[in-house]
Amino acid sequence: MESLIMILVGILASVGTYLILSRNIIRVILGTAIYSHAVHLLILTMGGLKKGDVPILSQSEGPFTDALPQALILTAIVISFATTALLLVLAYRTYKTNGSDDFHELREMPDE
Amino acid sequence: MTIDFAIILIPFIMAALILLFNKQLRKKYLGWIVLIIPVSLFLILTTYIPRIANGETYTHTYEWIPAFNLNFTTYIDGLSLILSLLITGVGSLVILYSIFYLSMKESLHHFYCYLLLFMGAMLGVVFSDNLMVLYAFWELTSVSSFLLIAFWHHRKASRAGARKSMTITVSGGVSMLTGFLMLYVMSGTFSIREIIANVEKISEHSLFIPALILILLGAFTKSAQFPFHIWLPDAMEAPTPVSAYLHSATMVKAGIYLVARFTPVFGGEMVWFWTVTGVGLITLFWGSFNAVRQTDLKAILAFSTVSQLGLIMSLLGLGSVAVHLGYSADTVIYTQATFAALFHLINHSTFKGALFMMVGIVDHEIGTRDIRRLGGLMSIMPFTFTIAVIGSFSMAGLPPFNGFLSKEMFFAATVKILQLDVFSIESTGILIPLIAWVASILTFVYCIIIVNRTFLGKIKPDIQEKNPHEAPLGMLISPFILITLVIAIFFFPNLLGEYILKPAMASVYPTFPSAAEMTPHISAWHGFNIELLMTIGVIVLGIVLYRLLKYWKKIYRIFPQNWTLNAIYERVITTSENVSESITNRYMNGKLTHYFIYIYISFVVIVAGTFVALDAFSWNPRLDAPVETYELLLVFIMIFTAIGLVFAKSRITSVLLNGVLGYSVAFFFVIFRAPDLALTQLVVESVTTALFLICFKHLGALKPEPSSKRVKVSNGVISILVGATVTLIGLAVVNYEKFETISTYFENSYELAGGKNIVNTILGDFRAFDTMLEVVVLFIAGLGVYTLINLKAAKKEGADIENK
Repeated sequence: MESLIMILVGILASVGTYLILSRNIIRVILGTAIYSHAVHLLILTMGGLKKGDVPILSQSEGPFTDALPQALILTAIVISFATTALLLVLAYRTYKTNGSDDFHELREMPDE
Repeated sequence: MTIDFAIILIPFIMAALILLFNKQLRKKYLGWIVLIIPVSLFLILTTYIPRIANGETYTHTYEWIPAFNLNFTTYIDGLSLILSLLITGVGSLVILYSIFYLSMKESLHHFYCYLLLFMGAMLGVVFSDNLMVLYAFWELTSVSSFLLIAFWHHRKASRAGARKSMTITVSGGVSMLTGFLMLYVMSGTFSIREIIANVEKISEHSLFIPALILILLGAFTKSAQFPFHIWLPDAMEAPTPVSAYLHSATMVKAGIYLVARFTPVFGGEMVWFWTVTGVGLITLFWGSFNAVRQTDLKAILAFSTVSQLGLIMSLLGLGSVAVHLGYSADTVIYTQATFAALFHLINHSTFKGALFMMVGIVDHEIGTRDIRRLGGLMSIMPFTFTIAVIGSFSMAGLPPFNGFLSKEMFFAATVKILQLDVFSIESTGILIPLIAWVASILTFVYCIIIVNRTFLGKIKPDIQEKNPHEAPLGMLISPFILITLVIAIFFFPNLLGEYILKPAMASVYPTFPSAAEMTPHISAWHGFNIELLMTIGVIVLGIVLYRLLKYWKKIYRIFPQNWTLNAIYERVITTSENVSESITNRYMNGKLTHYFIYIYISFVVIVAGTFVALDAFSWNPRLDAPVETYELLLVFIMIFTAIGLVFAKSRITSVLLNGVLGYSVAFFFVIFRAPDLALTQLVVESVTTALFLICFKHLGALKPEPSSKRVKVSNGVISILVGATVTLIGLAVVNYEKFETISTYFENSYELAGGKNIVNTILGDFRAFDTMLEVVVLFIAGLGVYTLINLKAAKKEGADIENK
């Protein structure tokens, strides 16, 4: 299972990279979103998969799954949501101001 | 705190206070308040004179970073005392002069702040025994000089001059630092006194000569020696008091000080003798030769300063031969060159300071410094004229002024050196007195030019109209004190020799037993000897050359204009700027995609490269958990969705595919026993998708990627390489069991934190601070979102401020 997930993580990273290398702002933002999916899966897999029960004391006697990666990912999900939201609004603003969401076209515009 | 430490510190403290209490201090009194500092420092330092003259020295050490041998050691001896007296003495006079010279409209607090900064730094240079501390103060003098030259920074020439001086002196400073580090490598100490004490242990080291040359580079750039002198004439853009203080009396003497200080270390080397003497003589000649052609009074003085610095430098070179010969009754005579150097160092500060102040007065009252427009001011400005005559005649080496004495000693030293047959002086040595003599004739010529063209002849009509008048008394005080000194030193030179110069000789020649032996009796008259004949020759030929100036002035046009040192310097600077700009523009092209490509390629090369190089890859599928069919299905769904994203044509498709990925991840969280994550992921994914959709309402249609096929393929290759590297790392570390897990600690969550959900207790109790800061991040992001949405496009700012 772990190896399979690692291959999936690699594929997600590839797709994320390809989108980030795009010239379109929205694609770049999508790329970062896919990166966070990949990284979440990566961290979770580091703790070992399906090696124990749900880490809630009242549910079982143990052994429990590693809870530390889960806590890290929970933080990461929220933060990545915040950054995605900010980037999206930034993209919206850029488009409103400059009428383009293409990096190369934006580059050609005179600096303010 | 001891006095010597306080002396360095007080100017810095005062500089800070001026800035702090700028609002409270009345501009009118600012200069007078500042004046207290150098005057009191000068008075404190004079109390050292008798004690130092008795052969005492003062050392105090404050441990700074003892682990690296860095101590703040102050050292007061004869040599540093001379310089410190000049710094505080001339400093007092210059500040007094500035009070009247600078208009109330100038930003005076900046001016005095920089000036005090310089004073403190310069005192630091001469009192530091530790090379690293000395270096720090050394660069600080360059910085304050930069600030003062650019004081009128609305003028382009000021900024250019400041930059030039900074570039040249700081490059020299850095090479000096390298030399200091070499000395440390050889001797194991940063203390100058310890290095001098152990000089025979290091003189055979292979780094000895490189260190010598690097340190000399620092001294030559600072003291404006040929070919680095080109910054000094441009530095004349500074206000005249600054020119008088930094660029003639003190800062440019720092290089001289350094050479004198290091004479006991390097003086025995032939390279030292010929470099210092040779560069000094060339500078002496080149400076005086160029001074003659200048039309700006300040430019004449700038080149004449260059020339005089060369004179002092060459004397130090000649004097170093005594270190090589070692002490004996016959070799003491060769130390007299150094004596003359130190003597002239003081004399030059007096007459050149007065001359600069004189030019400042002319500029201030008449409004021009161009000798083609000046003339006939003698009757209008009799006091200023007196200053000019005494200053110039002293510089030309005429009696009864102090310049005569040191010039005679200079001639004597250049002639005396010919008796030696070390360092192959016997073959080329005759050039030494010859160049010295020719340069002195030229010096005489420009001294006449200063006096004649400014004060004699007829007054020009356009100047007459302005109704010029003598300077206010306040401006005349400082130069008059200086010219009084010029005359006083002529009549009582041995007072200076006994109390000031003798102890300094002991610091330059520590191996010579008696400083008194090295202190000659200075007298104006010592019979018809070769020095006197040389002086008479200078006067006669000088007058002749001045009379014939218009006939031989043509030789200045022989040199091609685009091969002057300045033109070469400009070309080097412009070329290097252009080259670096074009290189930078090539990779910093403003295209985000390119920057990402640099990052990805370095990531792949470094990480994957390390894996390959260290053969670090390991993979143990045996430990893997079993795979169920539905899990496999989910994996394939994700892979197809991800690949589909790459080819998606419309925004909606892309976002929906992204949503599919997010929900699939949530499913995995369920499978992998992480219910909290699954819940959060579901909520966040829904909100994100909604956000994307709202955003798209405002954006235009997604255009197909206009990139060429080649770009797409190369992007694809990079992406696959990145993905492969990630998988590689993941597989290698997934079953990495080097350390024991720390998670078991948190499983005790009920006793430790009172919660049964371990993940919750980690976030809410064990790592509560992290979570709190995360909330802060969310809050800031929220603020950003809110501001960006509500922001109205800001109006464009006005045009850039440029040259007035």
